[in-house]
Amino acid sequence: MEPLFRDEEIEMLLNDLLDTWGYDFTGYAHASLRRRISRLYLLRAFPSFAEFRYKLKNDSAFFHEFVEEITVNVTEMFRDPNFYRSISEQVFPWLSTKPFIRIWHAGCSTGEEVYSMAIMLKEANLLHKSLLYATDINPSVLENLRKGLFPMQHMKQYSENYIQAGGRLDFSSYYTAQYEWAKFDEVLHSKMIVSTHNLVSDQSFNEFQLIVCRNVLIYFDKGLQERVLRLFDDSLEKLGFLALGSKETLRFSDLSAGYSQLPNREKVWKKIK
Amino acid sequence: MEKNQVSRFRLALIGGSAGGLDAILKIMSRLQQVPSYPIVIVLHRKADYDTLLVDLLENRTVIPVREAEEKITIENGYLYVAPADFHLLFESDGTFALDASEKVNYSRPSIDVSFISAAEVYRENLLCILLSGANADGTAGMKTARELGATCIVQAPQSAEVPFMPESALKEMEVDLVLAAESIGDFMARL
Ligand SMILES: C[S@@+](CC[C@H](N)C(=O)[O-])C[C@H]1O[C@@H](n2cnc3c(N)ncnc32)[C@H](O)[C@@H]1O
Repeated sequence: MEPLFRDEEIEMLLNDLLDTWGYDFTGYAHASLRRRISRLYLLRAFPSFAEFRYKLKNDSAFFHEFVEEITVNVTEMFRDPNFYRSISEQVFPWLSTKPFIRIWHAGCSTGEEVYSMAIMLKEANLLHKSLLYATDINPSVLENLRKGLFPMQHMKQYSENYIQAGGRLDFSSYYTAQYEWAKFDEVLHSKMIVSTHNLVSDQSFNEFQLIVCRNVLIYFDKGLQERVLRLFDDSLEKLGFLALGSKETLRFSDLSAGYSQLPNREKVWKKIK
Repeated sequence: MEKNQVSRFRLALIGGSAGGLDAILKIMSRLQQVPSYPIVIVLHRKADYDTLLVDLLENRTVIPVREAEEKITIENGYLYVAPADFHLLFESDGTFALDASEKVNYSRPSIDVSFISAAEVYRENLLCILLSGANADGTAGMKTARELGATCIVQAPQSAEVPFMPESALKEMEVDLVLAAESIGDFMARL
């Protein structure tokens, strides 16, 4: 038996996407792409690679489905609670000295991460002077974020995460139950600016004191990782902080000399130059 | 097989769940020399225990132990451990990739996911080993891996702490060898 796709075939698809739809996925790491594309291919029971390729080039609805399928959107509130704890202990004191706080959540998916940050800011009495920019390549994930609706079934887990992250209140005070959805407090949402932004092709659009980009870079190859880190560097104020996912690092980047990692295991770097 | 000749296998990938750690330690007790190929372990467990597991294994084997980090090159003679809470994938340039997508078989890392990803890259140069466990993760992946040419070993159910996982594989497919953990270690030492 042969694997479903050869590397050349994946590259062919990526080139088609770029030529036809202007979306550049050529810098994405292949292993995950291969897995997601194979899944879509089998799910939709395509008879041949040629047919799959044809549909992707000619059917815009299918193209959008494809993008949604290959970008992994899994996220949760207070994912890695200790991360939030170290942000509030080691980054908030510096943020609090600022008259105005700008935070960028790049690749925020459905927004659980942004709401988590807003809750922490609120408890530190910083939310009133903060703006959280929430961006993602995929417009459909941003819909949930705009509505502040998250599945009720996860609230027990999130509440545990919240307490572990150092949350001080009753987590359920932040939402009201609407059947199977938890509708989060409008105050949190009122400080968010939600927009699509493609890290591959879009430019820097502001200067921030904190940039959070977690579990996005793992899907990029080394060259694209470096480019995106440069974009963050261009968008980060001096002495500002860059926060990555638990398995991502600045260590191998050319930029690492200009940053110092917080003195714990969390993946947060301070821009020192 | 002659000792020290270059092995056909470019990667040994071991999957386990409940009772899997015990089996891994038994395998390691028989590997008295650093092998000529890399070994990668995908073990279901709670998050948070990553460094614990690396430390624990380090004390029980002569093989240097590392966490499988994204983008690092997989080197011969190392034992790599998949981190908790990510799927572990394999790139064709011989590096690891991590993936935070949905759990598979209620598991992340999922053994199925790693078996399939590795088999697509390593084909007949892959050795897949499935150990003790209480769910069916690994069966589908091993089936695909074998179709792609991988050699597949399953821990003998009667020697497994929790026989469900190896039994599930044996019910669904033919495998190359069924061995007790110690014998899997002996087999690997000869490669
Ligand atoms: C695994 S989620 C991470 C969500 C959240 N940051 C977390 O850690 O829980 C990855 C997100 O990155 C987004 N993404 C992928 N490629 C992107 C790009 N080129 N530009 C912006 N976002 C991207 C995906 O749409 C997805 O929502």
